[in-house]
Amino acid sequence: MQHKPQEKPRIGVYICHCGTNIAGTVDVEEVARWAGELEGVVVARDYKFMCSSLGQDLIENDIKEKKLNRIVVAACSPLMHEKTFRGACQKAGLNPYFFEMANIREHDAWATDDKTAATFKAKALVEGAVNRVKFHMPLEPIPVDINPNTLVVGGGIAGITAALELANAGYHVYLVERSPSIGGHMAQLDKTFPTLDCSACILTPKMVDVGQHENITLLAYSEVEAVEGYLGNFTITVRKKARHVNEDLCTGCGICIEKCPRKVIDTEFEAGLGYRKVIYRPFPQAVPKYPVIDTENCTFFQRGKCRACQIFCPTKAIDFDQEDELITFQVGNIIIATGYDLFDARRIPQYGYGRLANVFTSLEFERMVNAAGPTGGRIVLRDGVTEPRSVAIIHCVGSRDKNYHEYCSKICCMYSLKFAHLVRERLPDAEVYNFYIDIRAPGKGYEEFYHRVLHEGAHLIRGRVAEVTDAAREPGEEGKLIVQVEDTLIGKQRRIPVDMVILSAGIEARKDSKEVAQLFKMGCDFDGFFVERHPKLDPVATMTEGVFIAGCAQGPKDIPDTVAQGAAAAARVAGLIHQGTVLMEPVRAYIHEDLCSGCRICNNLCPYNAIVFHEDRQKSEVITALCQGCGTCVAACPSGVISGAHFTNDQIFAQIEGVLWDVRAKATAPS
Amino acid sequence: MPNRYAYYPGCSLEKNARAYHISTLYVAEKLGVALEEVPDWNCCGATEYFAIAALPAYALVARNLALAQGMDWNGGQRHLVAPCSACFLNLSKTDHYMADSPQLAAQVNEALAAGGLHYDPGAVFVHHLLDVIVDDVGYEKVQEMVTKPLFGLRVAPYYGCLVTRPDYKHIHNEPEHPFCLDDLLAALGATVIDYPVKTACCGGHMTQISEDTALELIRRLLKAAADYRADAIVALCPMCQLNLDGYQAQVNKHFGTDYHIPILYFTQVMGLAFGATPEEIGIGKEFVDARPVLNKIQEKPPEEGKKRRKKRRDKQALPMPELLRTHTGRK
Repeated sequence: MQHKPQEKPRIGVYICHCGTNIAGTVDVEEVARWAGELEGVVVARDYKFMCSSLGQDLIENDIKEKKLNRIVVAACSPLMHEKTFRGACQKAGLNPYFFEMANIREHDAWATDDKTAATFKAKALVEGAVNRVKFHMPLEPIPVDINPNTLVVGGGIAGITAALELANAGYHVYLVERSPSIGGHMAQLDKTFPTLDCSACILTPKMVDVGQHENITLLAYSEVEAVEGYLGNFTITVRKKARHVNEDLCTGCGICIEKCPRKVIDTEFEAGLGYRKVIYRPFPQAVPKYPVIDTENCTFFQRGKCRACQIFCPTKAIDFDQEDELITFQVGNIIIATGYDLFDARRIPQYGYGRLANVFTSLEFERMVNAAGPTGGRIVLRDGVTEPRSVAIIHCVGSRDKNYHEYCSKICCMYSLKFAHLVRERLPDAEVYNFYIDIRAPGKGYEEFYHRVLHEGAHLIRGRVAEVTDAAREPGEEGKLIVQVEDTLIGKQRRIPVDMVILSAGIEARKDSKEVAQLFKMGCDFDGFFVERHPKLDPVATMTEGVFIAGCAQGPKDIPDTVAQGAAAAARVAGLIHQGTVLMEPVRAYIHEDLCSGCRICNNLCPYNAIVFHEDRQKSEVITALCQGCGTCVAACPSGVISGAHFTNDQIFAQIEGVLWDVRAKATAPS
Repeated sequence: MPNRYAYYPGCSLEKNARAYHISTLYVAEKLGVALEEVPDWNCCGATEYFAIAALPAYALVARNLALAQGMDWNGGQRHLVAPCSACFLNLSKTDHYMADSPQLAAQVNEALAAGGLHYDPGAVFVHHLLDVIVDDVGYEKVQEMVTKPLFGLRVAPYYGCLVTRPDYKHIHNEPEHPFCLDDLLAALGATVIDYPVKTACCGGHMTQISEDTALELIRRLLKAAADYRADAIVALCPMCQLNLDGYQAQVNKHFGTDYHIPILYFTQVMGLAFGATPEEIGIGKEFVDARPVLNKIQEKPPEEGKKRRKKRRDKQALPMPELLRTHTGRK
């Protein structure tokens, strides 16, 4: 089905220099000169910055004066400025879809230093765009209503902040948290750097706000199971896991916890340093307050005996038969704030965690210095009694290390310095050694805190630790942990015997972040962090409309940055809700019904269930509102009668022919 | 498991490490590992030659690789196994750098051509005997062959410095502190200590040029094993075995210590567990006689003897994290 362009094309071609970004590699004048000779091209120009208002004026004036009806700009990625130039076309009275962009920056100038090759490729891309734009059709954006409800996934400080911002603005929020309580990692921390605020004291009021807010539906101990739909109209299915405690009856008195006879190591909230009961609340200020039964360890669930919690519960709230519940609701936007996992320090066996008793991880130490933690805030060795007289704190464990994570985890320097301060505060006679590569203290009051810790007498030794060993060589080393390190400031190997070692483990992406990214159709980088729409200018949006990210799920960051991102994501969502309706790209599939054979192949392939089959006339039809323009059905249709608007066969084939102009030239050249 | 390996014993196994050779053959036969000696192989150059003249050293090693390549492989993948850590390192190093540098490969092949030989980098997969047993044979197969478990014998797993580093083929997840030999010895029923210096240097040929340095390095290894009450140190390398065993008396004299720790090859320990008599696997050839400690091997696992009293938790003590083992073998 080769369609002829409807009107005689009068094309304007604009080649952007982008300063020297493009012009440094591509001979832009030559490309413009050459483009001017292509069929249908009325005017071809090169200009320093096409995206500037002067550049846009150039397009607008040409449209008006030279009666242009098609525009091609060869510049950067359409992700950057397609919108800009479509706007310029529209201002001059041209349907914005009569515009096509050729990416000669990311796909060409930045990819090579070879000027000849780059200029050659620029020509190919420009001819492809010129050929394609001839077949463009006028299109109108599709208005979409935005459901004012929002889903926030993750109840750490990022999710809490986002949820409260939206709820306070008057919008309803569903906050889904995987563990039994909201609070996230921040709830585990003792003090926050550099102000040494009590972490729980500043967090728990916010948690209470979330729990009591009339605009927040809190779904703790729950996980999102399915996400369907698109910006403005998502349908969410959440699995609310069985707590085996009836929330309507439970008063949160805690008698069940007290009476439960079985204790297990708490590897979650207490980071493995303490114990919890099998029916438990992660911590006293948990929100919601209802306990949960750990069925894997519960004597009743494993052996059918015990029932202590049920016997003692004054309100008969224990329900061993409770089952998971699936809840479905509608939202317009989604904020993902799923947080991070701590690097598993056992992956570096030469540092001894898991082998040598008095090697601790940073999170263990946070729990240890916390007054509400397993030792009541006393700094002691693994025996639970002996106070260390010397403590080594090893920075960058798992971070800045090609064997594990090449990136810097950003928070470890500061919390390691905080640890040094806390040890000196609690045990004034103890020696503290911080082993660092570089001290990274970029933040308000951070450098000052570093100086304060130095003045308090912590020893800072610059060098990556080779190993922590209990193999004593000299008499002074017997019974100690020896930190072997090259002190790069004095250029010597040193062996420093200490009583306790703290490994400042880095931040890594959640183990299941790839699955989560798939569930919400987001991008996920090599390290497992979610990819933002633009690293500088759009750090909370994702490539999927209506899905936003905040906090450490996007990359390592400290609490202030996390809070800022949570609030920023909320502001973006509030903006969309306030608009009420947004215009979506009209890139949708449609079926030429008179040619459809009714084979139904497309019906099952559509990932959005956007194709219906009309039994009466044996034809399929695309529901435009549900179609996401992915193109699966277009490719699959055996009769070739499904078209993707703005991606029609005519357009694509014309573009391919243009891109391969040199091949055609060679084939037809007389030999 | 490949059905056949080219076997490169190396010079040590012909003489001072004869025990390693015969125990290797014993274990290989028990486990069904087919070893075929490389014909007319020569010395690997040991640790010194590369420091003196690199190109001849590479050519010397490459000759062995070329001979292995030239064996009849029936079109299958070529595997070469060396029990000696220094031989293993030199063979894999030569293969690695010839693949890395076409220039070096050309020079080496020019030298080999004089003898009518040629080596294509990457043509032969070089193994240490340890990774053949751990990854190709597997712990399960080893465990099946155990007829006399080594219950009660406390062993220090000593890898030495050449096997897991630099690990050209990336088969070790923890090159700095490996666990595969630990797990292998545990599969034999032995009690394996967390030997903190498991990848430290034995001194190598320092015994010849700087004896004080070598003796101090050997002392550290012996002391750590003694501190952990090990009955024996299990080695993977004739050099390590020789230094720890042959120089033990000198260490004692030099430092006024009194170590009596026999040094056994891991194949000897496996042989014992497979039911070999000490003589069959060369036990008795070592300076520090290993036979007395063999009496410590018991019929039953140590815990069972004590009527499994459940250890009560120390009320005050903080829980210990569980140990993580991540050796997943060759990728």
